[in-house]
Amino acid sequence: MSTERKGDVTGRSITDVDLSSEKFKNRLFYGLLLAASSFGVVMLVFLFADIFYEAAIGQREFGIELGRFLGNTGSQTPANAGFYSAIIASVWLMALTVVFILFLGISTALYLVEYAPDNRTTRLIEANLANLAGVPSVVYGILILALVVNGAGLGSVILAGAFALSALVVPIVIVASIESIRAVPDGMRDGSAATGATKWQTIRRVVLPQSLPGIMTGTILALARAVGETAPLLMVGALFTDTSVPGGPFDSFSSMPVQIYNWTFLPQREFLALAAMGIIVLLVVLLLMQAVAVYIRRKYERDVSLTGV
Amino acid sequence: MSTQENSQKLISTEVQVDERTHDGSADTVVSAADLSVYYGDDQALSDVSVDIPEKRVTAIIGPSGCGKSTFLRSINRMNDRISMCRVEGRLQFNGKNVYDDDVDPVALRRRIGQVFQSPNPFPKSIYDNVAYGLRVQGKADDVDLDKEVERALKQAALWDEVKDKLDSFGLDLSGGQQQRLCIARAIAPDPEVVLMDEPTSALDPVAASKIEDLIEDLAETYTVIIVTHNMQQAARISDKTAVFLTGGELVEFDDTATIFEDPDDQRVEDYITGKFG
Repeated sequence: MSTERKGDVTGRSITDVDLSSEKFKNRLFYGLLLAASSFGVVMLVFLFADIFYEAAIGQREFGIELGRFLGNTGSQTPANAGFYSAIIASVWLMALTVVFILFLGISTALYLVEYAPDNRTTRLIEANLANLAGVPSVVYGILILALVVNGAGLGSVILAGAFALSALVVPIVIVASIESIRAVPDGMRDGSAATGATKWQTIRRVVLPQSLPGIMTGTILALARAVGETAPLLMVGALFTDTSVPGGPFDSFSSMPVQIYNWTFLPQREFLALAAMGIIVLLVVLLLMQAVAVYIRRKYERDVSLTGV
Repeated sequence: MSTQENSQKLISTEVQVDERTHDGSADTVVSAADLSVYYGDDQALSDVSVDIPEKRVTAIIGPSGCGKSTFLRSINRMNDRISMCRVEGRLQFNGKNVYDDDVDPVALRRRIGQVFQSPNPFPKSIYDNVAYGLRVQGKADDVDLDKEVERALKQAALWDEVKDKLDSFGLDLSGGQQQRLCIARAIAPDPEVVLMDEPTSALDPVAASKIEDLIEDLAETYTVIIVTHNMQQAARISDKTAVFLTGGELVEFDDTATIFEDPDDQRVEDYITGKFG
């Protein structure tokens, strides 16, 4: 083989080489890769088309007004049903969840990076944080149902829902925080320590300010995951139809995805249209959260690139 | 002696030994007695004993891996930050063994500043970088912070270049300016000793020579201990020189002029004349 190829190179003109079968393979794999990566986009387009079609039916055949949809609470009667109590419940869930995951996420990451001894236990914990993200979300719902809803006797309240969502997404925040805390150069910590700062002063004044953009980005992405979760909330006991607007952490609640889930199961055609409109609202919220995450990352990119001393 | 001619030739071509005459009776501020440092099973320093005089520049020279940085970091206990590091013997600062149980390394580092090999200003404004030490040490309310920042920047020969942009980012400065900013940060809380770990090795020659000039001025106020792998630099700016050789052994410590012109130890002479290292 090798001698034959050598002959090709030395003996034959450059135009004599037959590349057609190689070229065919090139095109074949290019096409395969393109088709594979288009799959997701095409599915998304179908999803959007379906949702907007349903929403359009809602406008045309049932005359659902956007104002009524956004302003009314849940109802068994399609003509009265709105998304307002679900939106407010989701806002409450997000507000409580962000407090829990920021506190737990940053504290855990700081402990693991700055304080924990570098031994096998620490490495085992860190390695398994990523595995936690693979636990089915319904498991966290069952856990909180047993511990908080029934165990502590709180009942099916927003606080319990927030606990379930926090437990589900806090590993995302921890992993993002560990990465951005570790990205702070050790020269910064040395410089601070040598200037007579205590460990906490160094963390508070040097490490945290530099790692905060990464922590915030991770937190927003975690929240975006949490806002679309249905299963753990169903386990905790979210309402399918909430006719009142939740006013605090100890009120019963629905949420945007739970309300959508419920609407898709109801027999009346109009509820499908309502579900489609709910999905559009949820998608808008998700896109806004992603946009904020990208904005924060861009805004601090300059600082981060300059700190790579 | 031919070897002595050799070393004098080396010095006369490039180096002017600092011949400043001191009264010779400077107080000892840092003193090591049989100091050994281990990283796990590896011995980095072996039985180092040395008395470092106040308000002088003391240079520590030696080949790579001879323990000169380890010695520097053992003075302000930055070695404590390495978990596998173990220290034996004594290291005294103003007569107190800094490895005694009742010495807090944070308190020690508030009296002994350090400048690192590569400039490491914080991603904060120039002003906040210099004020950092005073703030963390709780002195910011007791002093006129603006005045102290100005004083430190002037001592670090950086004031004229940055006085109109104190709010701008410390990391936007050039490498040499960043290193002078780090010197200002180290001296702003008014320490007694300033440790420098190869402070010019990451800089271009012009920036390096500015820092060398600065170091000689600093010795009027502070005790400066500088690790350098640049023998010419040691000869130019230091009053005393300690030569470490492989194995973490302090081979010779004397006036810089003596070390470079007439060292006692043959190995030091070989090292200085470039026979190894």
